[in-house]
Amino acid sequence: MTVKELSEKLELNILVEGDLDREITGGYCGDLLSWVMSRCQSGDCWFTVMGNINCAAVAVLTDCACIVLTENAALDDDAKKRAEQQDINILQSDRNAYTLAVELGKLI
Amino acid sequence: MSLFELHYEVPGDDFTRAGEASGDVKAHLKKLGFDPATIRNVVIALYEAEINMVIHAGGGTIDVSVDPECIKMELIDHGPGIADISLAMQEGYSTAPDNVRALGFGAGMGLPNIKKYTDEMIIESEVGVGTVIKLRVDVKE
Repeated sequence: MTVKELSEKLELNILVEGDLDREITGGYCGDLLSWVMSRCQSGDCWFTVMGNINCAAVAVLTDCACIVLTENAALDDDAKKRAEQQDINILQSDRNAYTLAVELGKLI
Repeated sequence: MSLFELHYEVPGDDFTRAGEASGDVKAHLKKLGFDPATIRNVVIALYEAEINMVIHAGGGTIDVSVDPECIKMELIDHGPGIADISLAMQEGYSTAPDNVRALGFGAGMGLPNIKKYTDEMIIESEVGVGTVIKLRVDVKE
C-alpha cells in the first residue's frame, strides 16, 4: 500500500507531496514527540494532531512513510516549508486517529 | 583520528531550527553506510539532546566524531545547569514550560530516551555554569 493509494482509499487531503509512491508497512498513533521518536518505525504511517515544525523533524529522523494529521489538525507554515524541503508526505483527515488506524489495519 | 568530525552551533529558543544537526548527522551516517539500527540510536539521542539545549539552555554546540566502531557526541551549553541529575533522569520528570509542552515536548522523556539509545552517557553539570553531555553509540553491525 503506497501513500498515494492510502490517500485515495481513506480520502485524505494531501497537504505536502513528498514521495507518494512510498510504501506503508505499519502505523503509529501518538502526539508526544519523544515517545513517537523512540517507537515509530521506518515505513509507518504516523497519525497525530501535532502539525508543528518538530513533527517534520521527527518524521525525517524516524523515516516514517507519511504523517496524517487527524481531526483536521492544522499544519504550521514553518512545518509545511520544512516538509517540502525534505520530501515528507503530509496528509490530513477530519476523522480521528482510532478510526483511521482501524482502516489502515484493514488495508495493509 | 576519527573517520569524520562534525560541528554544529545550536541556536537557543529557535524551534524552527531544532533537529537540523540530527538530520544532518543522519544524512552523513547514511552516506557512510552505517546500519539503520546504529543511525536510529544516534539520531534519537542527538535530537533529544538538541531539543533540550533549545528548551532549557539557550542553545550550545554539538561535536560529533564518527569512527567505524562507534559514534561519539559531545554537547556543551552555558545554560542554567541541572541541579539534580538523578531526578532529571527519571522518566516523567520535567521542568519544561507549557509552551514547550504544547509543541509535543516536555514529557520528561528526553534524558531517559538518550540513556536508552546510547551505550555510554556522561552528564557533567554545574548550576549557573552549564552542562556537558558526552554520548557514545557503538556500531551494531
